Amino acid sequence: MEKIQPVPGPLSEAYFAGCNAGTLLIQACESCAALQFYPRSICTSCNSSSLKWSPSSGRGHVASFTVVRRAISAAYEAPYVVALIKLVEGPQLMSHIVECDPESVSVGAAVTVTFAAWSETQAMPVFTLDEN
Amino acid sequence: MASMRGKVAIVGAADTRVGTVPGVSATELCVDAILKALDDACISKHQVDGLITCNSMSQPMLYHAEAMAEYLQIFPRYCFAAGAGGGTTFSVLHHAASAIMTGMADTIVIAMADSLRSGLSREQAMMVQSSTGHPQFEQPYGLTVPAYYALVAQAHMAQYGTTAEHFAQVAVACRAHAARNPAAQMRTPITVEDVLASRPIADPLHLLDCSLVSDGGAAIVMTSAERARDFPHTPVYVLGVGEGHSHEHISQAHSLTTSAAVEAGERAYAMAGLGPADMAFAQLYDCFTPTVLVELEDLGFCQKGEGGAFITEAGIGPGGALPVNTHGGLLSHSHPGNPGSMFALTESVWQLRHTAGERQVPNAEAGLLHAQGGIMSSHTTLILGRDGY
Repeated sequence: MEKIQPVPGPLSEAYFAGCNAGTLLIQACESCAALQFYPRSICTSCNSSSLKWSPSSGRGHVASFTVVRRAISAAYEAPYVVALIKLVEGPQLMSHIVECDPESVSVGAAVTVTFAAWSETQAMPVFTLDEN
Repeated sequence: MASMRGKVAIVGAADTRVGTVPGVSATELCVDAILKALDDACISKHQVDGLITCNSMSQPMLYHAEAMAEYLQIFPRYCFAAGAGGGTTFSVLHHAASAIMTGMADTIVIAMADSLRSGLSREQAMMVQSSTGHPQFEQPYGLTVPAYYALVAQAHMAQYGTTAEHFAQVAVACRAHAARNPAAQMRTPITVEDVLASRPIADPLHLLDCSLVSDGGAAIVMTSAERARDFPHTPVYVLGVGEGHSHEHISQAHSLTTSAAVEAGERAYAMAGLGPADMAFAQLYDCFTPTVLVELEDLGFCQKGEGGAFITEAGIGPGGALPVNTHGGLLSHSHPGNPGSMFALTESVWQLRHTAGERQVPNAEAGLLHAQGGIMSSHTTLILGRDGY
């Protein structure tokens, strides 16, 4: 059974290609310099449609998390840690925290992005806890 | 703009059987609810000129309200199906009140029903509800619906020191109310220990922190305050209503711990000219126990961050300072998906008619209802009351 796969559209193709290349891309407005995620056709701060892709540092902290004990399907192995990550650049995204004891995750913990295979052709951003 | 306060009233209310109702489709449950509510109001279906429904998950339709009207062979002049998740129920009541005031319709039925338990497999019910997540940026991470709400709970715990025991007390209180309601799906009393010992689902939520999966539906009949006096039951008036819409996807929420219930509540209180202390009861959306705690705070029943202490010290069970979910709520009465809050509405009508039997809240003159849809996304607060309040 396969994990739920994103279906990239014209606005998100570059983002998902970035994931496959090991880069977390967020949008930057060329008019007002605001940063945003998820990708949109307009800047939510100034309505400009001049947006470019900007690599995120991939660093952030856990805004919240949960340890899923009952998996949504057989493709996901419980327990797994789902988290909302607040990037140092400001935008927030949903992700997983991997390679850790689920009990060691806490709100506020510092994390760094890495990428995990979601299918044979698609990688997705996930995060690991920073040491100390 | 003319205030809506006291201008419209609920004159009919009815529930179908709830829980496990096999062999009855969502359409038939909806039709059953409508006919029972019309009986309660003592009017014929031909007097209905407005119909509002919400779509069914087990039997989805492109034009749901029109299909219900066709099934019943009624021909309203105002007819639509709305979708704002669990917030749909009170949001459409807001629209219906406005439609009555502006003359779009005189007698509106709001009816919602679904067959989540018998009409869908457990896996189907889980998947269809989880599809609320963003298809590209949330769903791939495999969140169940409880997992989305657990994010709110964990954030509240980290910020305010709220505990799993506080959440569990919400489930215990709802069950205690349900024990007094013969119609409720789950009536055996439970303890905090029972909740904490139930199967872990998504930390900090256990199975008993999660709402039921049910079949069932309910309907109400609304009309103008002037016409309401001609109906047999004590009219229940809309005193205040307000909405707040903050996001659709939880990853876009500007706050995980304070919701747009704040704005919805402020708007409803302002219209009613009433405050939290005037409410004899509150029916708060309890798809998962943490939502009740957050709503108690955001609707001003206690200070922000003190929801856990309020539940422990003031009490939300029968006889508590603020009885919450007097029918048992989504946690213990029933939860057929989006129609879930309809039962909070019909229960409030009976409480304000003073016909709620064993679970009647003494001196119930006004009560507050709150529903939210999405993942703490779309909020509607409703304040109902008796004549003269």
